[in-house]
Amino acid sequence: MIDTVLQGVLLGGLYALFALGQSLMFGVMRLTNTAQGDFIVLAAFAAIGGIGLLAVGPWLVAALLLPLAFGFGYLLQRTVLNGTLGRDPLPSLVVTFGLSIVIQNLLLEVFSADPRSIETAGLNTQSVALPGGSAVGVLPLLIFAVAMAATAALQWLFGHTGLGRAFRAVSDDREIAELMGLDAKKVYAMATALAFVLIALAGVLQGMRTTVAPSDGPLLLLFAFESVIIGGMGSFWGTWLGALLLGVTQQIGFRLDPGWGIWLGHIAFLAVLVVRPQGLFPKTRG
Amino acid sequence: MGDVRVVRSTHVSRVAAGVGCALVLVAAALPLWAPAASASSWMRNVVGIACYFIFAMMWNLLAGYGGMVSIGQQAFYGLGGYVMLMLGNFGGVNPFVAVLLGALAAGLVALPVSFVAFRLQGGYFAVGSWVIAEVFRLGFANLSVVGGGSGTSLTALRGIDKATREHLTYWIALACIVAAVTLVYGFLRSRRGLALLAIRDNEVAAESQGIDVRGVKLAVYVVAAFGTGLAGALYFVGNLRISPDAAFSVNWSAFAIFMVVIGGIGRIEGPIVGALIFFALNKLFSDYGTWYLLGLGLLAIVVTIRFKQGLWGWVEQRWGLSLFPTRRHLAA
Amino acid sequence: MNAILRTEGLTAFYGDAQALFGIDFALAAGESVAIIGANGAGKSTFMKALTGLIKAPRDQVLFNGEPIGGLPTGEIVRRGIALVPEGRRLFPSLSVEENLLMGAFAKRAGPWTLARLFELFPVLEQRRRDPATALSGGQQQMVAIGRALMSNPTVLLCDELSLGLAPIVILEIYKALPAICAEGMTVVIVEQDVGAAQQMSRRLYCFQEGRVALQGASDVLTREQISQAYFGV
Repeated sequence: MIDTVLQGVLLGGLYALFALGQSLMFGVMRLTNTAQGDFIVLAAFAAIGGIGLLAVGPWLVAALLLPLAFGFGYLLQRTVLNGTLGRDPLPSLVVTFGLSIVIQNLLLEVFSADPRSIETAGLNTQSVALPGGSAVGVLPLLIFAVAMAATAALQWLFGHTGLGRAFRAVSDDREIAELMGLDAKKVYAMATALAFVLIALAGVLQGMRTTVAPSDGPLLLLFAFESVIIGGMGSFWGTWLGALLLGVTQQIGFRLDPGWGIWLGHIAFLAVLVVRPQGLFPKTRG
Repeated sequence: MGDVRVVRSTHVSRVAAGVGCALVLVAAALPLWAPAASASSWMRNVVGIACYFIFAMMWNLLAGYGGMVSIGQQAFYGLGGYVMLMLGNFGGVNPFVAVLLGALAAGLVALPVSFVAFRLQGGYFAVGSWVIAEVFRLGFANLSVVGGGSGTSLTALRGIDKATREHLTYWIALACIVAAVTLVYGFLRSRRGLALLAIRDNEVAAESQGIDVRGVKLAVYVVAAFGTGLAGALYFVGNLRISPDAAFSVNWSAFAIFMVVIGGIGRIEGPIVGALIFFALNKLFSDYGTWYLLGLGLLAIVVTIRFKQGLWGWVEQRWGLSLFPTRRHLAA
Repeated sequence: MNAILRTEGLTAFYGDAQALFGIDFALAAGESVAIIGANGAGKSTFMKALTGLIKAPRDQVLFNGEPIGGLPTGEIVRRGIALVPEGRRLFPSLSVEENLLMGAFAKRAGPWTLARLFELFPVLEQRRRDPATALSGGQQQMVAIGRALMSNPTVLLCDELSLGLAPIVILEIYKALPAICAEGMTVVIVEQDVGAAQQMSRRLYCFQEGRVALQGASDVLTREQISQAYFGV
């Protein structure tokens, strides 16, 4: 049982990485990125493609991918997504949904439907022995650490930097933030740029941990979304905890019956929604 | 200013209504006047497009008028299909009658589902509705009595010969189209519909006028679920085979969104225009598979950013037309 | 007069509805001017048009001789106009100190720093880490004023400082105004309270239904003249 929970917690780390970018974008500009999962898959395939083209190791490609993702996110927000923001949630939803379809089909054309993965010279099979007899994979542990670091970094950014203040201000009241001299369009673009760095990280790690296929996107979106809702909106640590809970719930489901893992996660999400719609660890914010 | 009346119809709308009725009659008589070889494929096409269109129309009602954007309506679509099949296969009910029952089931299930779904707003409501659809999909995939993950066939129509079956399905499809259009149009012209428009404009103001916002939204949600279930049941009566992946695929929502966005949201004509364009694109390009879908996605993005009211909305503005007027205007 | 800020025939619209019908306004450097008028007279609309929150035609607003009408708000603020908005509109997710720091985003050279502000409004220093919306109405108004001052503007616009505040609190707020003006700040206050407006300003404009109904020196205009212009009788 402990083993299952442990596996679940480590899985949750990865889910947290899926969810942080989503949480960030929604928090700053109320934009629901329905292509979140597809961008994660795109990042994974970009890494795979990069490894193939440049014939270098995965870590170097990952390092190159991060600034690229930053720039991509910035441009995407400035040229496409900024125009969809407003009171009506429909335009941003349709555009991101359209992007989701475009990405999936583009990947299908370029890479075919076969699942691929990122070679890590055996890192994904190494494990560390724990007291008590069980063992834990090195890669999942690494992913968990990265997720925790990312969450802490985001929380710190929001609470203690000028950029974080700008994010919170523009999210509270865009008009008055502009009255302070802020350019809201640029602030939004920065938020998306950061979100895409997280997406790139998530994609690369997902590709290392398991296989990726062009149609995986939607499921990853659902995991990200469920993590955010279970944890409660308004706090990154809340999202992190929500992700851990989702991971544990899924693992317990898998244990009971291989067909039930994801389903149990969905049920847990719905249960939280019914019983405590503000999430388990919400921060009091509008 | 002389005598002024408040009217609803426009000259164009009256003409369109007449043309519409004529078209339906001509279409219903198709088996009589079309050559046998192409009649069959035409009828199948119409049934297919009817399902897409009704789904889009209901999505438009929910999102454009009700303000609830959902990417999970396929939950009711698939449910309508499965209930129809189960009643037909196990309940001995005539599958054509079961189409209506499937729709009713979807409408009823929408009541408890709304209890969960309404906890969310905006973009999160959309994704949440998708999760609910996934729960339905996974649920039915684990139901071995209907074939689990690989699905099953509609055996109840085995006894009927192909031609009769196709004719019946075709006429029922036509009836469903007319029913769906009438239902939506009638709803919007009713007092509930007016309340809906008020809510859409300003929810708080509407509430302060004594409008039961939650009640109206629930009514819209249930009506949309019913209509979507109708489309789903119809589709699988035509298709004869059902599986969880086909029944609960998010592609249904994607196509509906596409049709409505292209055609114009929040207008009744939108889904019609969108369905026609979609059908044409389908005929021309669906052989290109992934490139076709990619193109659809790009088109939806461009239209959303450039033509905020959809193509039909742009036409309306440009030439002041209105085929399905729900707004009352002054006529001198 | 050598006007630091002037408008010439300023018109403004909310959608299709016209709110301002040709406002001529001039402000000299270091002056304090008040704008009074009934609700809906267009005072706040005027403030918004000056700061770009509502778009105005390019040549109708001139700052230091340069046309700034229709420029993005951020651009106008960076040039040295700051607005204390109607209703304060502090950032609920930010603390008192963070709200003030946000004001310094478009900071220019000048005497106003966090330390100076805490001298002016000592209670803010005590509650610097509290969420801004936890403060009383009067204290929030201090934060709003401080936030505008942090950018060291040359022109400070104050929209209805006394809104929703008890008279004794209003007095406190207005006590700070002379200290602000002493630094050479040019100030425009929009006020419902005519008495306060007359006391706090050297010149007065009275708006009525989107037009200037009366203007003149505050100490010369009579009660009668003002109520005539105010109510349009």
